[in-house]
Amino acid sequence: MTATAEAPSPEIGQARLRKEDAKLVTGQTNWTDNIKLNGMLQMAFLRSPYAHAKISRVDVSGALDQPGVIAAYCGADFAAEQGSLPCAWPVTPDIIIPPHPPMAVDEVRYVGQAVAVVIARDRYAAADAIASIDVDYEPLPPVLDMRAALAADSPKVHDAGNKSYEWVFANGDVDAAFRDAPVVLERNYRQQRLIPCAMEPRSVVAQWISDEVTVWSATQIPHVLRFALSAFFGIPEQNVRVIAPDVGGGFGSKLQVTAEEVLAVLASRKVGKPVKWTESRTEGNLTVHHGRDQWQQIKIAADRDGRIRGLSVDLLADMGAYLMLVTPGVPLLGAFMFPAIYKMDAYSFKCTGVFTTKMPTDAYRGAGRPEATFAIERIMDELATELGMEPMELRERNWIKHEEFPYTTICGLTYDSGNYEAATAKAKELFDYDGLRREQAERNARGDTVRLGIGISTFTEMCGLAPSRVLGSLSYGAGGWEHASIRMLPTGKVEVVTGSSAHGQGHETAWSQIVADQLGVPFEDIRVLHGDTQVSPKGMDTYGSRSLAVGGLALVQACDKVIVKAKVIAAAMLEASADDLEFSAGRFSVRGDPEAARSIQEIALATFAAHALPDGVEPSLDSDATYDPDNFSFPHGTHLCATEVDTETGFVKIRTYVAVDDVGVVVNPMIVEGQVHGGVAQGIAQALYEEGVYDDDGNLVTTTLADYLVPAAPDLPSLLTERTTTPASNRLGVKGVGEAGTIASTPAVVNSIVDALRPLGVRDVTMPCTPERVWRAIQSAHGANGEVSQSGGTA
Amino acid sequence: MTQIKVTVDGVKYADEVEPRLLLVHYLREVLGKTGTPVGCDTSNCGACTVLMDGVSVKSCSVLAVQADGCDVTTIEGLANGELHPVQRAFHEEHALQCGYCTPGMIMAATDLLRDNPHPTDEEIRDGLEGNLCRCTGYENIVRAVRRAAQAGVAP
Repeated sequence: MTATAEAPSPEIGQARLRKEDAKLVTGQTNWTDNIKLNGMLQMAFLRSPYAHAKISRVDVSGALDQPGVIAAYCGADFAAEQGSLPCAWPVTPDIIIPPHPPMAVDEVRYVGQAVAVVIARDRYAAADAIASIDVDYEPLPPVLDMRAALAADSPKVHDAGNKSYEWVFANGDVDAAFRDAPVVLERNYRQQRLIPCAMEPRSVVAQWISDEVTVWSATQIPHVLRFALSAFFGIPEQNVRVIAPDVGGGFGSKLQVTAEEVLAVLASRKVGKPVKWTESRTEGNLTVHHGRDQWQQIKIAADRDGRIRGLSVDLLADMGAYLMLVTPGVPLLGAFMFPAIYKMDAYSFKCTGVFTTKMPTDAYRGAGRPEATFAIERIMDELATELGMEPMELRERNWIKHEEFPYTTICGLTYDSGNYEAATAKAKELFDYDGLRREQAERNARGDTVRLGIGISTFTEMCGLAPSRVLGSLSYGAGGWEHASIRMLPTGKVEVVTGSSAHGQGHETAWSQIVADQLGVPFEDIRVLHGDTQVSPKGMDTYGSRSLAVGGLALVQACDKVIVKAKVIAAAMLEASADDLEFSAGRFSVRGDPEAARSIQEIALATFAAHALPDGVEPSLDSDATYDPDNFSFPHGTHLCATEVDTETGFVKIRTYVAVDDVGVVVNPMIVEGQVHGGVAQGIAQALYEEGVYDDDGNLVTTTLADYLVPAAPDLPSLLTERTTTPASNRLGVKGVGEAGTIASTPAVVNSIVDALRPLGVRDVTMPCTPERVWRAIQSAHGANGEVSQSGGTA
Repeated sequence: MTQIKVTVDGVKYADEVEPRLLLVHYLREVLGKTGTPVGCDTSNCGACTVLMDGVSVKSCSVLAVQADGCDVTTIEGLANGELHPVQRAFHEEHALQCGYCTPGMIMAATDLLRDNPHPTDEEIRDGLEGNLCRCTGYENIVRAVRRAAQAGVAP
């Protein structure tokens, strides 16, 4: 493509290198743990060693005798002021939301719950003094299995019982679909508990000056945290400033109002000095909210030709011991995604939220949609086997055709755009689908000890959270809008203030590209500000792949307003009617006389001087906009995974992984590719490596990165990524991308493993598909109902 | 308390430290060299990797007293007026997102290339096994190390 002088190539679509990197590659970062304030003290927590116990006595006096210790407090010391950590998503009117004191007062309900705190001169002294606190516990029986927890004779996590809520949804005649369909399958899948493991541990600093508090926190949600500290802990909102400095990853784990944040604020007020707390990795694995943890029962009804008649889903979702910010809502985000890209006559969904004596669960990359996508994509493969159909053919027979968009699904969602045929065709070609199928058949025919499997995931997801009205109809406690401000500086440079709060996503770069195109100013002249409620007072922050699809559109609207204001001033400068001006590439020119023009920078300076503005025109181009979308964003794609499964050792090697994603118009292809890489890696990690494990007493045993297997470079394959582009219905045509890879990849990998082993009689492997689990699955299927590997291998 | 003399990023320091003080806490809390972060405490993640006498070490697993007499290079001392080729390659290949693992990853990659100036992709992955990244899936980190190797990082 050749760009002409008059029309510079747009910034959108260019793989601009990131503005964020300069400080990150040189160590000039400002992580929360880097912050040092005069007189700052360090906090350390004593945490419960029991999954469930009454606290009969806490004595902190021993800690107070230790050198360097300023104060030590137990839960009772905060009882009057600590309130309850908020749950913003009461999904049903009769939901049980137990009180959740930031520091336990009379009962602990998971290992790691904070019981006492020491405030000392440095972190070594604080950690030492923790050992001098005495606590008497009366152990109570732990509640660890969701299914057992619902039995009438189960010990109770809370007096009100172990069932938090039951949420149901149905559309169409589900009974008829299952009664009349010739084929009905039921499968049960386990979504294991995951630990998010952002690389930056959580950290918080709180400083009071008079009645004003500043909180620095490694959070994804400075604005929500500010609101929560005010609404739930009694600090007037105008006196709370929250700063999210450089934040080292979140993946949902920093979408939380944490006990430690609240206690830092309260403890700092008590001691009259700034305090800091930074978690150890073990504290993080214990007490950063966990993800997933569901039992999924899924039933599908179909005709013999493969047409889906109905789908029915019954979930048990482990809430853990308490409901945190959006704990109960996470399965609901999946509720609408089980039907995925497929047409059907009827659908029913039920989710039961269950309390256990474990760390609460909450949003983790994908939040509900990875679980749903896993179940539907797994059972589609099972249905294909049952019908003797090629699994891609079964999908194609049922998916929404590209000419049918916009399409309203059985869940009532209107998918605005998509082209599943195009993404699939591209993925199959990149993957050499037919060639790999031939190789698979050859290996099966000769009884190869290393089998080849092909896993398919034709996924979509709902993100870009979200239309405020829809969130309201789901009983969510907040809106889904996003805010942006544009400040035109006198020298023609631009400050962009965004309410989304990046922690690795590259907003400073991508937002600069969007604004550069809208205002016609150079990319380099734009500075993006975020993450400080005093700089960016309005926002809904970053999660749910919402920043671009919501916050990006807010930028466009704010730019519109700048242009409207500038046009009036340009008209005066050019002595022309505003109606005769056109705006292009940063210049207002008189129609038919392109020489008569003023640049936006000239107008910015003239506005600053304000010497010759028309009557009644205020001397400012600065503009704000708050954008509330009218629909979710529906990225989709086709991911294909080829695994080689060693039937003798159970070892799984991903040989080829192809990801073709359709995320609409792409602002920065380099950043988008990076999001897909990281997302796919996290989904592969669920399929093969990661599981948060509690023992029979309720102790978390995966407390370090030696026990909880976040994959390293040799554990992951090289990825082949490509895109198709079906513009979304918003003005930029963009969709979310942050979670798509994670949502897509887990079922692709597990489908591939099961596909490899199906000739041996294997029908499922429970995640994570470790060599031992794969080997055991082969053993238990061995000779039962499948072909026996000819070269033995499994003796 | 024990006296140690350490050179860090070209500056000579002499300090009295507790024998149990970790090198990473000495760098961060005593010297204010916060470019080197802590990710895990158990030497699994590698975020705290620095060069000690030219060889990569995880500074959460080294006591400050063990660094007595040593020359330590952190991410803050790697660039020499302009970005080190490994730093530049990480930027150009988009080998970082949140950037928290990046200092350790760059230091480990620098040591890897000193040891093996022309690694294969597999050797790059194996060589960085001790450094965890949660954002990138390592794809672009491998590309960056490959690019730095092509640019010729070897001393």
